[in-house]
Amino acid sequence: MADLRVNIAGLDLVNPVLTASGTFGYGIEYQDFIDLSQLGGVIVKGTTLQPREGNPYPRMAETAQGMLNCVGLQNKGVDYFCEHIYPQIKDIKTNMIVNVSGNSPEDYAECARRIDELDCIPAIELNISCPNVKHGGMAFGTTPEGAASVVKAVREAYKKTLIVKLSPNVSSITDIALAVQDAGADAVSLINTLMGMAIDIEKRKRVLSIGTGGLSGPAVKPVALRMVYQVARAVQIPVIGLGGISNAKDAIEFLLAGASAIEIGTANFLDPAISVKVAQGINEYLDKHGFASVKDIVGICE
Amino acid sequence: MKKYVLDLRVTSVECLGDRFLLLVTTNPDGPLPEMAPGQFAQLRIDDSKDTFLRRPISLHSFDRDKNEVSFLVQKAGKGTASLWEKRPGSTLNVILPLGNGFTMPESPSQRILLVGGGVGIAPLLFMGAEMQRMGARPAFLLGARSKSDLLRLDAYRACGDVYLTTEDGSEGEKGFVTQHSVLQNEKFDRIAVCGPKPMMLAMASYAKSQNIPCEVSLENMMACGLGACLCCVEDTTEGNVCVCKEGPVFDIERLKW
Repeated sequence: MADLRVNIAGLDLVNPVLTASGTFGYGIEYQDFIDLSQLGGVIVKGTTLQPREGNPYPRMAETAQGMLNCVGLQNKGVDYFCEHIYPQIKDIKTNMIVNVSGNSPEDYAECARRIDELDCIPAIELNISCPNVKHGGMAFGTTPEGAASVVKAVREAYKKTLIVKLSPNVSSITDIALAVQDAGADAVSLINTLMGMAIDIEKRKRVLSIGTGGLSGPAVKPVALRMVYQVARAVQIPVIGLGGISNAKDAIEFLLAGASAIEIGTANFLDPAISVKVAQGINEYLDKHGFASVKDIVGICE
Repeated sequence: MKKYVLDLRVTSVECLGDRFLLLVTTNPDGPLPEMAPGQFAQLRIDDSKDTFLRRPISLHSFDRDKNEVSFLVQKAGKGTASLWEKRPGSTLNVILPLGNGFTMPESPSQRILLVGGGVGIAPLLFMGAEMQRMGARPAFLLGARSKSDLLRLDAYRACGDVYLTTEDGSEGEKGFVTQHSVLQNEKFDRIAVCGPKPMMLAMASYAKSQNIPCEVSLENMMACGLGACLCCVEDTTEGNVCVCKEGPVFDIERLKW
């Protein structure tokens, strides 16, 4: 048994496998299938200062080796989270991380401040990369200045581990990563979904209610892997890799590319127990190739 | 109810015409979990290059003695079509039971009308069988375009009274389910509906006009089936809620119909 433990900016993980925001509910939805304590962490769905109804149905389109979604950050707001959801998840024995989104740097900061007060939430993942909302979201994540402005505001309000989730819908993701590092991020996670579209040829209309959506699933993996490789070589802070990871082999590719940990997203829909299987598969790979620790393979790919 | 991922084994495959398939499966690893009428399963589509997600399919029947659960499937696209490749002995990977089912009668004497159209009749057989098991006698009102689309009538007749409509008049009364004479001739305490949306809207409107409690089963496009992704939402009196978790069966009073 290899040592699967990793440390992401002060956060101790039993293994490098986390579940991605928006694909895993609040973790509770998956407790029938897996023991959440066997995961490095769970990143719960996007939370905003004010409640959001999200976008109208239809919000999803199946694509070749993936899917588009335009959920649009539906959630009941941070107060509801603190009062009603936090009590249900606070005793789960893993890192319960909240994904935070907003319309302005002040929104993000206030939301983060409220979550900072919750003892059993050791970190947040700042979502400056949601492609499905009109204001905020990805608008901040597509320029180094916009990204830095949000991270600065949140950094002042939030004392624990701050992970910033990056958008792939940019010309240079390394520039954004460097900007959020300079603004005080403890780690970056990438990639969020790639902006896409689907058209119904019988109705001659776009399938999704708002016309566009974020692409996820195996289709995006090569793009994500390339970006993780580039960012891991550009920044000094830990990188968390995600984008289409569906099995242990995919996860190991991201670790070799330079990710210190990985997130599993859309694959949870196909197999609700896949996250734990990926952790086991990483262990088997390490044992087979004689690596004592998962840390030994992070970024060793030339 | 606790949910499971199971590798079921197909025990029989029956093609009903060229558009419908009856898949009967068993759990080779032990007793099937308890399930309720109106709940559904997420079926994995194997080795498909054209599809990606699982397919939500309602539970058609559940036989505890034989340890069998069956699925009545309509060929709707490439995902469902691939289920035609299944043979006795094939594996069918499922997540079940999912969602909330129909409200069961409070007493055996309650008269419940189960209204189905097209492949929407599927969950009503399980509902009828459970009602029969508790000593109630269900009434089925089943509609189709034509006689050849009326499926498995013997199975429904074995559970309760069956009333039929076809749009072309080739079987039962001619017209739509909302026009059937049983609605005039009998009084029902509750109505449960599953079928095409125009049919469910029409039955919901009829039920409202008669002050009869009514539930409908929705089939919004789903990804996870677990209430985690928020893709399959329906706009209700409480805002957007997941059909997979809060439904698929909804009291019409909760819907903005």
